[in-house]
Amino acid sequence: MSEVFLNGKFIGNVENAHKFVESFLEDRRKGKIHHSINISFDEVLNQVYVEASRGRAIRPLLVVKDGKSLLTDRHIEQISKGELSFHDLISQGVIEYLDSMEEENALVAFYEEDLTPEHTHMEILPLAIIGLCTSLVPFGNFNQSTRLNAGSKNQKQALGLYVANFLVRMDMDVNVLHEPQVPIVETIMHKSSDYEKHPSGQNVVLAIISFDGYNMEDSIILNKGSIDRGLARSSYFRPVISEELRYSGGLIDEISVPDKDVKGYKSERDYRLLEGDGIIFPEAVVAEGDVVIGKTSPPRFLSSLDEYNLTTSSRRESSMTIKHGERGVVDFVLLTENEEGNKLVQVRLRDQRIPEIGDKFTSRHGQKGVVGMIVDEKDMPFSASGIIPDIIFNPHGIPSRMTISHLIEMVGGKAGALSGRYVDGTSFESEKHEDLRKELASLGFREDGTETFYNGRSGEMLKAQIFVGDMYYLKLKHMVANKIHARARGPIQLLTRQPTEGRAKEGGLRLGEMEKDTFVAHGASLLLKERFDSDRTIVPVCEECGLIAIHDEFKNRSYCAVCGENAVVSNIELSYAFKLMLDELKALGVYPKLMLKDKY
Amino acid sequence: MAADHDSVYEEFEGKIPLNLLDEVRESLPDKCNKTQLKKILEKVYAEYSTSMIEPGESVGLISAESIGEPGTQMTLNTFHFAGVAEFNVTVGLPRIIEILDGRKNISTPMMEIFLKEPYSQGKDIKELAESIRQAEFKDFAKEITLEITEGTLEVKLDMDKLKRVGLNEAALGKIMEKSLKGFTLKIKDDLMTIKSKTKGENISELYKLKEKVKSVYVAGIKGILQVLPVKRENEFVIITAGSNLRDVYKLDFIDKKRTTTNDVFEIEDFLGIEAARQSVINEVFKVIENQGLNVDIRHIMLVADTMTLGGKVRGITRYGVVSDKASVLARASFETPIKHIVEAALIGEIDPLTSVVENVMINQPVPVGTGLPELVSKKQ
Repeated sequence: MSEVFLNGKFIGNVENAHKFVESFLEDRRKGKIHHSINISFDEVLNQVYVEASRGRAIRPLLVVKDGKSLLTDRHIEQISKGELSFHDLISQGVIEYLDSMEEENALVAFYEEDLTPEHTHMEILPLAIIGLCTSLVPFGNFNQSTRLNAGSKNQKQALGLYVANFLVRMDMDVNVLHEPQVPIVETIMHKSSDYEKHPSGQNVVLAIISFDGYNMEDSIILNKGSIDRGLARSSYFRPVISEELRYSGGLIDEISVPDKDVKGYKSERDYRLLEGDGIIFPEAVVAEGDVVIGKTSPPRFLSSLDEYNLTTSSRRESSMTIKHGERGVVDFVLLTENEEGNKLVQVRLRDQRIPEIGDKFTSRHGQKGVVGMIVDEKDMPFSASGIIPDIIFNPHGIPSRMTISHLIEMVGGKAGALSGRYVDGTSFESEKHEDLRKELASLGFREDGTETFYNGRSGEMLKAQIFVGDMYYLKLKHMVANKIHARARGPIQLLTRQPTEGRAKEGGLRLGEMEKDTFVAHGASLLLKERFDSDRTIVPVCEECGLIAIHDEFKNRSYCAVCGENAVVSNIELSYAFKLMLDELKALGVYPKLMLKDKY
Repeated sequence: MAADHDSVYEEFEGKIPLNLLDEVRESLPDKCNKTQLKKILEKVYAEYSTSMIEPGESVGLISAESIGEPGTQMTLNTFHFAGVAEFNVTVGLPRIIEILDGRKNISTPMMEIFLKEPYSQGKDIKELAESIRQAEFKDFAKEITLEITEGTLEVKLDMDKLKRVGLNEAALGKIMEKSLKGFTLKIKDDLMTIKSKTKGENISELYKLKEKVKSVYVAGIKGILQVLPVKRENEFVIITAGSNLRDVYKLDFIDKKRTTTNDVFEIEDFLGIEAARQSVINEVFKVIENQGLNVDIRHIMLVADTMTLGGKVRGITRYGVVSDKASVLARASFETPIKHIVEAALIGEIDPLTSVVENVMINQPVPVGTGLPELVSKKQ
């Protein structure tokens, strides 16, 4: 007697659970039950679970009976003729979908030769145990699983041809690689996912050398010549959007070049790129502070009298400008209207991104790194045959990470490039690396992929044989141009008078509590005070009542609002944040009395 | 000779700590004369002075950093003794937090009981260990049945186990009658019948009685839940889960000098505050040591001093030592600011601004390091 649960709810009992499950499976394979419904039996709890709910991950497997796959040569013949489809195989019960619960009851063979009478299922393809992105890692079965994870994660951030119609789209924050290539070492997944239609990397010549310490800690060296020839060049697109909003009282925003008497008028220079309609022209080169779309808005509150005064304009400036640290070229201007029928202007900015120090690159094996130096072509090490690598990779990245696939791809890429063919690197079913090495040897190269190299500056021969090969490299979307940031002085917050936060607001870098502690631990008391001087203020304080007094700049005289004109008022220095706290305490009804005393 | 040496020693008393003087006295060669001794002591004094902490050094903050930074590398694991169920010990960061917070109920109280000769060599070690363990009635019952028709409990006793702790069924019966009132006992060989005196029993009442009876304390030391004799180097030690220092000290076969517990509050209660301070140091240092970290013991001593200087053990929490801070602003910046500000406002508390945090808040030099010395000037 076993309990049966449907979608986690108890529905009844069955006499013989094994028989029940068996007949259920039989019915499902016959097509009497939908193929996405799964059944499993937990022998320890003596419970049968039938699952038909949404959101379960299910995957297809070949059904095995008596140690033989139900998929016969006849099936394969029919499929190749196009007489049979995948769905036919499901309705014939040759392939079925298992969810994670039902997998617990199954014994799945990896290869056909592994089959025994105990097996219930077999993989359609060994590659099917890994996902789409992970399948894109060539020779992935030679790696640790963590590296495969990293490799597939990195590939998702690679620049490439993300859509073919990017020229007529208004996507936010996108990049397009200028000359993407199809990898020389590919996998079956590249073919079946039409990778050649949206490739996202380039084939480069990679040498594994330590180079003057400029490629330590995972950084890489780029060849200046390769960059000049267009390696890893990309464009960055970002739209600026503005619309004419309607407000109560029939007031409306106006897209135009703002008049000079508008509140918050910037300067004539900032509006210089606008045409008569208040919108910038295409191919205008813009930099920080330039206005892209000129706009004015009606006043916020119609309260004070002078806003009814018709002689002076009371409209506010609300143009869209290029933000701090940004630059580019106006790529495309779009005039349309939004759902409410209001005027909507979108301007797409384009910025060419040439690889620079700090840009992030990766191979397909989780071997990511940042550009540490760009070396002139004439200074790069070169091989006996005159080949100069595009990228130099540090050998210290290999031992601890054990990315064997990285090394095999280099050999495979080299063999493929030399013999002019694509190399199959599909995990579990790749070309054998022994064969690739033999091929390399037959092409006149050393079979282990190493070559004699010469120092580019002195011309001396390098003592070590250098491992060099062709590899598919990806430029990742994290570029320094979007991240570089520094500040000495700059904007402050209105409330606390402390520096603003974040790159977009030209903010400061916070010296936090634990960093403060290190100053105290060093006994650097006055340096600590200096560091926290950013919101320093001088305030007059009444010595009698201990509250903040008032300084009359006009009469150059201080007095206390509580104790009157004749109170003794002293100026003291404190942080504005503390003054703010005193104000808040007063608002709470707590009387914060400052008791002053001469320091010396 | 020794007499005129004493006058030299007296000269340095108060300059050099006594234990250092004693050390010199012990290691001094016999042929050493007065002038030579004076020279030696002067050198010791000079050496001692240079190793003193300078005024204005932020010792507390440096201790906090020195313990806190290695703390980030500690692994969260509990340690298990092989083969004994429910015998694990909290170690690592959770244990340090537990000690420094001054928790009254620690998660795994534990004792290390050292034994006198000949027991320390393994004589009757199993029996001794077993005699310490707290035994309840249910430990001696093979089977307890509810006789619903009779309204009684029938208990089959485990005579072997009873014999091992030196009891028989009659003695057990006496203990039971002493500690539980309101029922009658009948013993016939290994069968004990328990009947409640209250009339009109129902099943749930009977069940409650059974639970009550099961947890009656019979023998051993209260609080010692598990015992484990282990051989350490060349003697036997009894490790226990559960702790009761006061009662264990009453046993005559233990080595009182070395027997200890990991419960700081029990030590404070039984041996006093100085012992508790040493216990805090030992317990924290034990954890740091077995994590393979290297923290100078003086940092831990400072923390232990801070925790115990009030005469009782208090944790580094807002209810403990932090509540002693003189500055309202410093207390408010630690935890529960509203509570501190409201209370300070009610009594009109004055903040003297003599410590670090409050001076950082108002942007004044903090009185440590270079901020400590001040200019003294005469008023005209």
